[in-house]
Amino acid sequence: MLKRYFTAHATNCAAALGRLLRQPVGSFMTAMVIALALALPAGLRVVVNNADLLSESWQGAADFTVYLEMDVGDERARALADEVRARADVASVTLVDRTAALAEFRARSGFGEALDALQENPLPHALVVRPAGGAAADVEKLARALDERPETALVQLDTQWVARLRGILALLARVVDIVTVLVGLAVALVIGNTIRLEINNRSTEIEVMKLVGGTDGFIRRPFLYLGAWYGFIGALVAAGLVLATLALLQGPIESLASLYSRSVSPVGLSLEETLLLLGGGAALGWAGAWLAAARHLRAIEPT
Amino acid sequence: MIRFENVHKRYPSGREALSGVTFMLDKGEMAFLTGPSGAGKSTLLKLIALIERPTRGTVLVNNQNTARVPRRRIPYFRQRIGVVFQDHKLLYDRSVFDNVALPLMIAGMKPREIGRRARAALDQVGLLDREQHAPITLSTGEQQRVGIARAVASRPEVVIADEPTGNLDPDLSLEIMRLFERFNDVGVTLLIATHDLELVDNLAHRRLRLVGGQIVEDSRQSPRGRVA
Repeated sequence: MLKRYFTAHATNCAAALGRLLRQPVGSFMTAMVIALALALPAGLRVVVNNADLLSESWQGAADFTVYLEMDVGDERARALADEVRARADVASVTLVDRTAALAEFRARSGFGEALDALQENPLPHALVVRPAGGAAADVEKLARALDERPETALVQLDTQWVARLRGILALLARVVDIVTVLVGLAVALVIGNTIRLEINNRSTEIEVMKLVGGTDGFIRRPFLYLGAWYGFIGALVAAGLVLATLALLQGPIESLASLYSRSVSPVGLSLEETLLLLGGGAALGWAGAWLAAARHLRAIEPT
Repeated sequence: MIRFENVHKRYPSGREALSGVTFMLDKGEMAFLTGPSGAGKSTLLKLIALIERPTRGTVLVNNQNTARVPRRRIPYFRQRIGVVFQDHKLLYDRSVFDNVALPLMIAGMKPREIGRRARAALDQVGLLDREQHAPITLSTGEQQRVGIARAVASRPEVVIADEPTGNLDPDLSLEIMRLFERFNDVGVTLLIATHDLELVDNLAHRRLRLVGGQIVEDSRQSPRGRVA
């Protein structure tokens, strides 16, 4: 029984594709409208993804340096570094040992001889703290917490612009979510309308099916598959459009990045995102067809 | 098998198509429903197939009160009735075989069983060699036989036909009626609406004459027929 059910579905699925391919021009137009609509949120998603990646590579700028008081010794500095490292909002802590810092300073600054004249090391221990990724508020709070410690002489951070960028990205991601929902609705309605026309074109067939005892499910099924195919093919073309656009932009992006002496390689849609796009397209088509079928199949009754 | 009790049907337009129709068709009986156009023959058949519902009165088919069949159960109700139409109502984008197989597919039969029964039905109407043809390539009489094959493919106990010979010449009409008689021989209950009195006179079956929405004559030629 179950097997027959699936066989019937597979037959319907294949038949719907066949029907679509028998009228290629009309089907192509509808699929293209769906593809262009879906390409918008998919493309924006790719933009946000790339901006996220870029902002992560700038994450280093969010690091801040905690200079300790001169009287804090090696032991105490190490203990403090461990303590800070254990915090949940801290990704990593690097202890810049004052001796090592001096050696580095001596080697790099060219003030070696001047330093030799000093009685003792003028540099304090320092901690380079990298906050765990998250909202900017956490970074501020972390900095304040570190500043309040008695061992701390100075906390130096410049996270303002990174915080703003992340804020903008979060906003953009939300906008993309909203656009996705709206476009999804539009796609469902476009497909629903296409299915409505299809139902009207095939009203005689539907009437005959009802006369010989076709259940609502039996009559509806071919239309649901037709809708799902429209959505799936539209999503497939949309994925192609996004990848093609990315390929076209690859050259300009690389030459722009080289001006900033960065090597940037834009990312496209991940496997999960592609599957989500295709599955979402098919699901929207199914849903749109369902809406149309629920409304219009009922209206066709044998007389 | 089919039973009407004081059935009235008034359309929303106000036209009263049936007024107080009472009759009973026994299991295995074959009857003709005659009468002039507009007498209510089609309406009566529509009440049997649940295409329409009576305004008043009771219609029983297969011992089931049609008033107690909710909308969503109508398909299952119709699966137990074979219906033949004057205009065949075939699907012209499918082969003859697919047309006959349609009710079997709807009933959810196994593909092998569908093939067996559809071919058996086509064989009975003498069109087995045309199963892969498009209906449009067949003559009107042949198309009507495809329609009949579709109506009987799922072996319903009740078959109703609305002017099945309306577009056919006398020879073909008689051929179609003989076909119905053969189904009747194996126990199918048949109610056939027709205005072809000449044809009906040549066949010894019960006759119900409908005029102005009322049964004015019931020949009860079938020994099992009862007074309505």
